Amino acid sequence: MANSVQVEEAGGGGTPAAKPAAAPRASVWQRSLNALAIPVLALFSALVLSAFFILGSDPVVLTAWSKFFANPGGALGISWKTVADAYGALFLGAIGNPGQMARAAELYLTTGQTQALVNAFYPFTESLVASTPYIFAGLAVALGFKCGLFNIGAEGQIYIGALVAGFVGYSFAGLPWIIHMPLTFLAGALGGAVWCAIPGFLKAKTGAHEVINTMMMNYVAFNLADYLLNGPMKRGGPEGFIPISPDIQTSAEFPRFFPSPIRLHLGFIVALAMAILVWWFLYKTTLGFEIRTVGANPRAARYAGISVTRNFVLAMALSGALAAMAGAGEVMGVNHNIAQGFSPGYGFDSIALALLGGSHPLGVVFAALLFGTLRNGATKMQSLATIPIDIISIVQAFVIMFVAAPAIIRWVYRLKAGGGAQAIFTRGWGG
Amino acid sequence: MAAVAQIGVRSETFSRARLLGAFYTVVGLAILFFFSRNTHVGELATLGLNTVQSVKAIQLPDIIVPVLPVTAILGALVTLLGVWQMVRGFRTTGWLLGVASSAFLVSFLVWAARGTSFSLIGILSASLQLATPILLGALSGVLCERSAVINIAIEGMMLGAAMTSVLVANLTGSLWLGFFAALAVGALLAAWHAVMSIQFKMDQIVSGTVINIFATGLTSFLNQRVMQVYQNLNNQVTFPLLSQVSPELGRIPILGPLFFDQSPIVWMALILLVVIQVALFNTRWGLRTRAVGEHPRAADTLGINVIRTRYINVILGGMVAGLGGAYFTLGSVGRFDKLMTNGRGFIALAAMIFGNWTPVGSFASSLIFGFADALQVKLQILSGQVNIPSDFLLMLPYIVTMIALAGVVGRVVPPAADGQPYEKQ
Repeated sequence: MANSVQVEEAGGGGTPAAKPAAAPRASVWQRSLNALAIPVLALFSALVLSAFFILGSDPVVLTAWSKFFANPGGALGISWKTVADAYGALFLGAIGNPGQMARAAELYLTTGQTQALVNAFYPFTESLVASTPYIFAGLAVALGFKCGLFNIGAEGQIYIGALVAGFVGYSFAGLPWIIHMPLTFLAGALGGAVWCAIPGFLKAKTGAHEVINTMMMNYVAFNLADYLLNGPMKRGGPEGFIPISPDIQTSAEFPRFFPSPIRLHLGFIVALAMAILVWWFLYKTTLGFEIRTVGANPRAARYAGISVTRNFVLAMALSGALAAMAGAGEVMGVNHNIAQGFSPGYGFDSIALALLGGSHPLGVVFAALLFGTLRNGATKMQSLATIPIDIISIVQAFVIMFVAAPAIIRWVYRLKAGGGAQAIFTRGWGG
Repeated sequence: MAAVAQIGVRSETFSRARLLGAFYTVVGLAILFFFSRNTHVGELATLGLNTVQSVKAIQLPDIIVPVLPVTAILGALVTLLGVWQMVRGFRTTGWLLGVASSAFLVSFLVWAARGTSFSLIGILSASLQLATPILLGALSGVLCERSAVINIAIEGMMLGAAMTSVLVANLTGSLWLGFFAALAVGALLAAWHAVMSIQFKMDQIVSGTVINIFATGLTSFLNQRVMQVYQNLNNQVTFPLLSQVSPELGRIPILGPLFFDQSPIVWMALILLVVIQVALFNTRWGLRTRAVGEHPRAADTLGINVIRTRYINVILGGMVAGLGGAYFTLGSVGRFDKLMTNGRGFIALAAMIFGNWTPVGSFASSLIFGFADALQVKLQILSGQVNIPSDFLLMLPYIVTMIALAGVVGRVVPPAADGQPYEKQ
């Protein structure tokens, strides 16, 4: 059943087993440039392609194009303006206004006034806030990939993490924060681990494919959240009709670093620490090695005495824990409660993100920063340029396609085949 | 890994039989215990053989059964079978699942309808309706995977087709143009999948994910940007029911409401089912497809064009998925809603796997999923009788999918080359 199994190595050192490596070894600089070229060009091409969808759904642009032969400049001009407005709003929302930032910095240096500085850098910090769940969820999917498992259930696991963390967060009153905060976070992670170990176990024991099972468990998780937030976990009082949980205790909140409205919180640092931890776990520990071996070739792993079953369950549990941390982090750092539909699809986006990051923790962090920036900017784009936020799903689809089939990018941009190994590792149905 | 897993199963066969027996015993005891609660001796349940819609049909008397004796007998039967399986073991266990699940369902329905009435034909008719998109999705999967291309993009294809059918039907004013546009979009997305996975040898599950994310994003994008702005593009458009076209058919008792108060797409699905089943196992095309799916190198040696066969099958599969998408709109509610397929494409995959990659098996499992779905809808009507929150009922089809996939019926065997790109030598 297995595909021609390909081993993926960090930094593009490995070569696909199927392809004999005949090319001379390139320098480190050359190789890292190669490794970077594909994702960057993939993103660029995805943005270009998505622009056509923005144009094609805009009546003003379409009218201009229908008069193309009468006024070609007008059609091109309005197309350019539409796309520039859209992506300009994206940039403003994602990073902020550079001029405003410079003025605020000058004001701060001369007078020591912080409010302008806070306002100017607010969009940028919001991008970091949006990146935080992406880092967690991206690591979750990436870790699954490393074991040859495709966890598309991160979205459901985010809800489970949020529900468990939220429950611990609001129901345990009177604990000191040094206990309550980690307890809340870890409880959420544990919930996700247990939740996601189920498809891992089913995969290992019955061969039931994790893609379908994690997807099915998404729907179960969403319905469970609806039930809990409309029933047992519903907030009482005047807001009793909204499906929202009570606020968590302040002792369970992640502290924020800067004055309001900046919401950048401890979760971001924890997410970066998790990336390092996952890297260390995967590449520096025996367990991580076993997981990667199972991912590269389960049969070989089995012959080497590595338990495939145990590693499937372990990898899924860890993956679920990481995804659940995204939910717990949102509850503890941003929302301080659980509302129905609080996640705008971090879990689904994280699939594209993990692929873009080559399933390497460092790559995931960069991809997550990018996705957080995109999502934060897209919110602005929706309000300023009235482009629905779903456009970023289209961008993501193209990004995955180009990253997963670098041959397309190489062909379009006339790149030479590089040393970077193909970084995709799911298999057939596993029957 | 397949070999490894099978060795594991063989050594566990003995305990697996015991485990199955214990499972069925528990099911039997559960029937005895749960479905005797909140009822009393002599309470009756009415199972209707007429539907509300089919008032014109010739009316039949309802079936009236006493609740307690029925649940007691069925519960005892399943318990006995379970104990026997645990102690002695039956040679084949497939039928046991059928008996146990039907006993469970019948006693559940009787219990849920205690003291009131419940339309049996209504739920069966709804099951067939809800099974239709799942069946079409599963058939799409069968077409693709029998030629060794995994297609997890059924969900996306259905979603894209569902939206296109409404858009085109409203733009052109022609239902049939909308219908064919749905097929075309299915074929187009499938062709994209084929190029990525056959030509560029991309991981097929990733390629399918690309299409799913793309279709989800694009339909939501256009829904907000176009259909909500120009609302007359999302006017209700549906095919008339067969009984509306020819009222005589609708008057037939039982069969009328069951088969003719249905959209023509339900019939197209049933016809496709027969056609694909026969074609796959009794025609030259079917033999070639299966050869390509099982051993592409051998097929190639015998002069079969592997790549072309896969392209044709995947695109045909896309059209079938497109038909499934059209069912959601033209065959059912007539309007497009954001994410209206709601995971049915994935359930269809589960139905295909559960049905062991055969059309007939897929149909049987689609009916199970359709029934679970219909049950969930109908039970919300009986919410006073059945004290289960609707959210849990909504989980039902998904949980049934997982249980089915976990192989309660035993192992299924995918086409040997499933998921592997073909490299010509």
